[in-house]
Amino acid sequence: MKLGDLTELAARNLREAVLRNSLTTLGISVGVASLVALLSLGVGLQQLVDRSVARAGLFDTISVRSRQSTPFGQDGGGRRSPRNAADLTPPRPLDDAARREIAALPNVLEVNPEVRFTAEARREPISQLVMVAGMAASSRNSGTLDGLNGHFFSSPDAQEAVLQGDLAKRLIDVGQAPATLLGQEITLRFAQRQALPSPSQQAATDAPNQAIGPDEEAMGYSIVPSEKKFLVVGVTPTSDSGGGPVGFNNAGIYLPLAVAEKLQVVQQSDLRDVARSSQAEGTRYAALNIRASSPTAVAAIEASVTHMGFAAFSLIDVTRNLRTFFAIFDMFLGIFGSLALAVASLGIINTLVMAILERRREIGVLKALGAADRDVRQLFFAEAGVMGVAGGLFGVLLGWVIGRAIQFATMIYLKRQGVTPPNIWSVPWWLVLGAIVFAVLISLASGIYPASRAARLDPVEALRYE
Amino acid sequence: MKPLHVTLRSMNVPVTATSSNGFAIRADRVSRHYHMGETLIRAVDEISLEVGAGEFLALLGASGSGKSTLLNLMAGLDRPSSGAIQALGRDLASMSSEDLATHRNQTIGIVFQSFQLLPRMTLEENVELPLRLGETPRDDRPARVREALERVGLTARTRHRPTELSGGEQQRAAIARALVNQPKILLADEPTGNLDSKTGEEIMSLIAQIHRPPSGAGRTIVMVTHERVLAERYADRIVTLSDGAISREERLR
Repeated sequence: MKLGDLTELAARNLREAVLRNSLTTLGISVGVASLVALLSLGVGLQQLVDRSVARAGLFDTISVRSRQSTPFGQDGGGRRSPRNAADLTPPRPLDDAARREIAALPNVLEVNPEVRFTAEARREPISQLVMVAGMAASSRNSGTLDGLNGHFFSSPDAQEAVLQGDLAKRLIDVGQAPATLLGQEITLRFAQRQALPSPSQQAATDAPNQAIGPDEEAMGYSIVPSEKKFLVVGVTPTSDSGGGPVGFNNAGIYLPLAVAEKLQVVQQSDLRDVARSSQAEGTRYAALNIRASSPTAVAAIEASVTHMGFAAFSLIDVTRNLRTFFAIFDMFLGIFGSLALAVASLGIINTLVMAILERRREIGVLKALGAADRDVRQLFFAEAGVMGVAGGLFGVLLGWVIGRAIQFATMIYLKRQGVTPPNIWSVPWWLVLGAIVFAVLISLASGIYPASRAARLDPVEALRYE
Repeated sequence: MKPLHVTLRSMNVPVTATSSNGFAIRADRVSRHYHMGETLIRAVDEISLEVGAGEFLALLGASGSGKSTLLNLMAGLDRPSSGAIQALGRDLASMSSEDLATHRNQTIGIVFQSFQLLPRMTLEENVELPLRLGETPRDDRPARVREALERVGLTARTRHRPTELSGGEQQRAAIARALVNQPKILLADEPTGNLDSKTGEEIMSLIAQIHRPPSGAGRTIVMVTHERVLAERYADRIVTLSDGAISREERLR
């Protein structure tokens, strides 16, 4: 029998026992709906984590330090390489030459020095000890500052600051919004390096100590307190509303990277560099942050940097484990969702077996008129398939509604808890398509037994059946 | 097998087709035995019978004599336990179930005592069913259905369901369904058994017309009946069965 005739006859047969077949189809729909609702929740949660990690720059950022720097060096945490003779040689300095070499690696978008220091942030009469970080101009479009109140730095040299929302709350009076700090000045007090003059310079002039410039050859430096005012141009969302930068670059105050570099703030690595003799070219960096062109390029860059003699660290391994976790999580959700579909498949078998009993004589007539066993089998398969398609389509719709309801209820609950609700629900196209195909396959599989039983009916016996 | 039949039809082969030896149906020591519990039932026991092309054969006998079983074997609805049965020269016993289905669809038409129309379908849908199963192109079907219903005088009732028709009308619709694929052989299993005598006469007249139409070639007909009067009036030959074997054979015409 041709497919068109087969489908027509199947649809007609299904219409004849509309209540029973509708209930069976509804069973499939509930199974598909549970599958879609659970998996859409799993996918939504995974996307939520992916978005958070991507926003923090964890996917495409590699932190590079000198081998002896903690926490990534031989004496610290992070990746360890086998101890060999090369480990006993002085570590390669993280200087301008190294920065140029790293920047020349394939798939490296930019290499920026990491400038982080502790400072006192003061807005009379309140003062707070805070972590300050330099922020590269590329962060403007990276999503790091999504939801920012105010604006990004007006120029790379602007004496401007972006405040983390939680810090801003601590610098204002109770009851005020963090955004009220926009347009106001805050004072940063920090420890600054000041170069000690060389003996020749000392002889030439008795000028006071000056901050060390990048090209100056210092004989050493003294540490003095210094203060500088910055205009607050941006305030990130507070952490309880799910905002604000996290990850490598987490800090209370962000300054333009170039401005932060020029402050000549004492960093942890400075003391070690003074104590240890090294032949650095130009500026020595505490750490460099590499931004890769894509998360897939991170592993190769990390390997190259390690091969160059530096300690490199990225969260690619952590995210890989995270993805594995979600794959397993989704699999379990899928299994639980499929249980309802498995029960529904029993409903299909029951319905079709009942149909065989009821339509026994009809099957006999069909065979007497020239239906082959194959035709009868295909007819029952078609009926199971039609129920599968209808159940799949309706189930996806039902699953979508259930998912929306879960999302809606979650939003209400989180809002009552004072937390900005994230989107924890997503129905990608592959889930819709996959659920429908899965429903059809399950339905067809359920139709195997009834269809073969119907096909095997003896026409003479079937025609005698009353 | 289906393409072969289609080709023959498209070549306008005469409706009264015969096998190479001149017989439409030939049974050679054919038996159909089955077990009922531990008892062996010999429903048909080594019957040899030949039905000529264009012949009207009536199978007479009491209930349980094996006449319906023999008809089912001729139809290819059942397989013999032993022996051979040929239709138009082809051995039904050696056919695959697919080929038997094609045989039932293309070579023979069957009329049952209880009509066996599908109650959920209209008359025209019932008549169209063999065309669907034979994969006749959709465009050709309406004309074929109309022609078959015209032949049995039911063109006014095409949209009615079987339950809305009288017994006679239902049997005429069943005959239209049996003829819609223009089979060479018509097998009728007590076609008047569920009808009153007057309606039975009408149906027999219709079958007689199908056997020998006013114009054109006729068909081979094998009819099972227990009404000797009808058999004597319309059949060319009467074969009487008793306990699964032929007990008497009478040529009338």
